[in-house]
Amino acid sequence: MKPPPFEYAAPETLDEALELLAGEDAKALAGGQSLVPLLNFRFARPRLLVDLNGLAGLDGIRVDNGTLFLGALVRQAELERSAVAEGWPLLHQAIRFVGHQQTRTRGTVGGSVVHADPAAELPCVLATLDARFHVRSRRGARVLSAAELFVGPLFTSIEPDELLVEIEVPAPPADARSAFVEYARTHGDFALAGVALLESSQETRIGVLGVAPTPVVVASLDEIEFPDDYLRALVHELLRSVA
Amino acid sequence: MTSITVTINGTAYEGDVEPRTLLSDFIRHDCGLTGTHVGCEHGVCGACTVQLDGEPIRSCLMLAVQTNGRSLTTVEGLARDGELHPLQAAFRECHATQCGFCTPGFLMSIEPALRSGASLEEPAIRELLAGNLCRCTGYRGIVEAVELVLRDP
Repeated sequence: MKPPPFEYAAPETLDEALELLAGEDAKALAGGQSLVPLLNFRFARPRLLVDLNGLAGLDGIRVDNGTLFLGALVRQAELERSAVAEGWPLLHQAIRFVGHQQTRTRGTVGGSVVHADPAAELPCVLATLDARFHVRSRRGARVLSAAELFVGPLFTSIEPDELLVEIEVPAPPADARSAFVEYARTHGDFALAGVALLESSQETRIGVLGVAPTPVVVASLDEIEFPDDYLRALVHELLRSVA
Repeated sequence: MTSITVTINGTAYEGDVEPRTLLSDFIRHDCGLTGTHVGCEHGVCGACTVQLDGEPIRSCLMLAVQTNGRSLTTVEGLARDGELHPLQAAFRECHATQCGFCTPGFLMSIEPALRSGASLEEPAIRELLAGNLCRCTGYRGIVEAVELVLRDP
């Protein structure tokens, strides 16, 4: 339960970090709440760990022209306390289900996204809010939708030399109401399933976690092919509890 | 090896660590502060909880090199001048320790909530405790200790 040996770098600028990530077998370290367990289990054995925690400019929360921009290094605890995110209540409703207070202190919004656990809350609510994910590398910049980003369990389309730098969250419709609910055996454990609801006069968006390799966003649960009857019943019940 | 200096409970500790040295191991082995316990070493049990700049963290999920120049509090920092912290006194009063292995983690997780002045009802107390496991399953006494210290700080 100790990490294997690795080299360690703590760059101070984004350019320096991208240069290091372009090297062979380098891995970015943000809050460490997913990566360090993988290192401790020795499931991950990178040559080089690039510690992003000293980078300036990736930890901001700002609203620009009605759109929310979350730096990839924003701590989950900071989002939980943030008043800015209250214009996006779904983020607020879901954040207290992300791990525990002790992991939210360090854990980052971007880290949870790129870890891409199919039972994680933030990928699901960000997909429901139709977020855009800004990715950088030495080769250039890309902006991805949730459907383009999330490929499978713990698997995204971000290349090894790329870094998620910012998440852009459009404002929900003015008359939207939202809710988040999940079922886990213990509060803070990964949920068996969860539902994010964003409902307005224009449309209904239902985000579902835990039923597919990636977060699913649908207008009706009829669109989902559930893996089994238990999950089908659970998700319908969760939605009924907030609808 | 990298040379680091970390302030723990107000005292500066210096050490040479490998990049892979976990903060929990640095605290126990290099600083000799064995009040911080190590349980699962993958962020689930909460036994190794310490405070980084006053906020609770899992010390098994942080590298020691990352705390260079930072300030930590461990369970040894709770009691002052030989007097138990009110939270520790409440744990004793309510028999909130059984084997005691999980106790330092619980204390360091609960203390910031007391400092924030939050008034907590039982469901919120249980949510506060959700990140710490007690294998003796002594949760009832721990919840009562938190209720007691909130009532009579």
